[in-house]
Amino acid sequence: MASENPALWPPKLREYLETLEWLQDPQERYAFLIELADAFRPVPPEIATPPYPKSNLVPHCESQAYVWAVEAPEGHAFRYYFAVENPQGLSAMAMAKILDDACSGAPAWQVAHLPDDLPQRIFGSRLSMGRTMGLEGMVAMVREPARQHLAACPVCQQALAEVQNA
Amino acid sequence: MTQRTVEKSLEPILAKGYAHPEVLVTTEWVAEHLDDPNVRIIESNEDPLVYPSGHIPGAVEVDWVRDLNHPIIRDYLDREAFERLMRRIGVTPETTVVFYGDKNNWWATYAFWVFQLFGHTNAKIMDGGRQKWIAEGRPLTREVPKYPPTEYRAPERNDRPIRAFRDDVLAHVRAGKRLVDVRSPEEYRGERLHMPGYPNEGALRGGHIPGAVNIPWSRAVNEDGTFKPAEELRAIYLQEAGLRPDEDVIVYCRIGERSSHTWFVLKYLLGFENVRNYDGSWTEWGNLVGVPIER
Repeated sequence: MASENPALWPPKLREYLETLEWLQDPQERYAFLIELADAFRPVPPEIATPPYPKSNLVPHCESQAYVWAVEAPEGHAFRYYFAVENPQGLSAMAMAKILDDACSGAPAWQVAHLPDDLPQRIFGSRLSMGRTMGLEGMVAMVREPARQHLAACPVCQQALAEVQNA
Repeated sequence: MTQRTVEKSLEPILAKGYAHPEVLVTTEWVAEHLDDPNVRIIESNEDPLVYPSGHIPGAVEVDWVRDLNHPIIRDYLDREAFERLMRRIGVTPETTVVFYGDKNNWWATYAFWVFQLFGHTNAKIMDGGRQKWIAEGRPLTREVPKYPPTEYRAPERNDRPIRAFRDDVLAHVRAGKRLVDVRSPEEYRGERLHMPGYPNEGALRGGHIPGAVNIPWSRAVNEDGTFKPAEELRAIYLQEAGLRPDEDVIVYCRIGERSSHTWFVLKYLLGFENVRNYDGSWTEWGNLVGVPIER
């Protein structure tokens, strides 16, 4: 379901990636990502409180990140919430901020097409294998409920077909 | 700063009974030397976001890819590049460099090891690394310091004493000498080609170099990231694994960073006379044509 076609991704994600592409200087890119990490806010207590359930834990994430997907009231979309237990887990926090901004409230058919290599697009080629796995796991946990919704929803499938045929 | 105070801040290191305690300093010692012009604090991490997010005041960053690796060849920087690096971070041959970093000082010991290839012996590791500094509530800053460029004339890189190449390893194996595989037991047994939780990639075959004993690097550190005292290290490396400080030992892992940690432990904390790091490690050996492996 993941797609390399940016037209199928949430528009806010495209904006983030364009900004990061524009930041050629690694130091500027790191500063931007750290700003995002600073702006990260963990899951509110009305959604979850520690200790968080294992079912929301991102597999293989060194920063012990958790993801929740809650159906959005407007329908055909989810609101995403995140927790990052490791206070040094800056990459996970920046990723959570981007995924929240880009995917919360976005149509499920768009979120279902998040690209597999999103961590590399955001953090660049310097990402270690361990951190890549954890960040890919966060993307997968955001994408999966959207994918399941799309697979079962004719309205979403119609919306996707219109974009693909445009 | 009085000599007495300095010595007091190093007492926890001296109490641990190491062969060469002079290569370690405590977080307290570093805190006392933040403004010491003869000391340059250097942070080396795996995660490039960590240093810019906050580091010890006055610390410069040495990045293992950008600063220490050759940009094209799988090798380390050459003499000219090392001199440029030292000038950039304001280090002279007399400057005491103190390394620290994330991941229990993996990359700090790796940088320390690379500096030794150029003979900068006035080098130390901050025991406990970044983890301990933060746990103690010590200050961090995002301000990147600028130091006046220095004059630094380095000797040509001398790999021989502390670096092993694949032919050295093959000869070592054939001579029945000791090797230490510091990877996880799963990697050692050939069940994985990387650490648990990491993807299986990087080598065609799983297993270990024939004759290598498996002592994961992490056995050398305490929960707080500090090195275990010499007595506990001797129990692991000497009594349990049967290594002797007077024998020729080669250590390896997957790419040479975890094994630089164990190299540091054997050479400086336990006083092994001849210990070399095989930085080609399993990503080279596990892909080499015609070399033996064990599972």
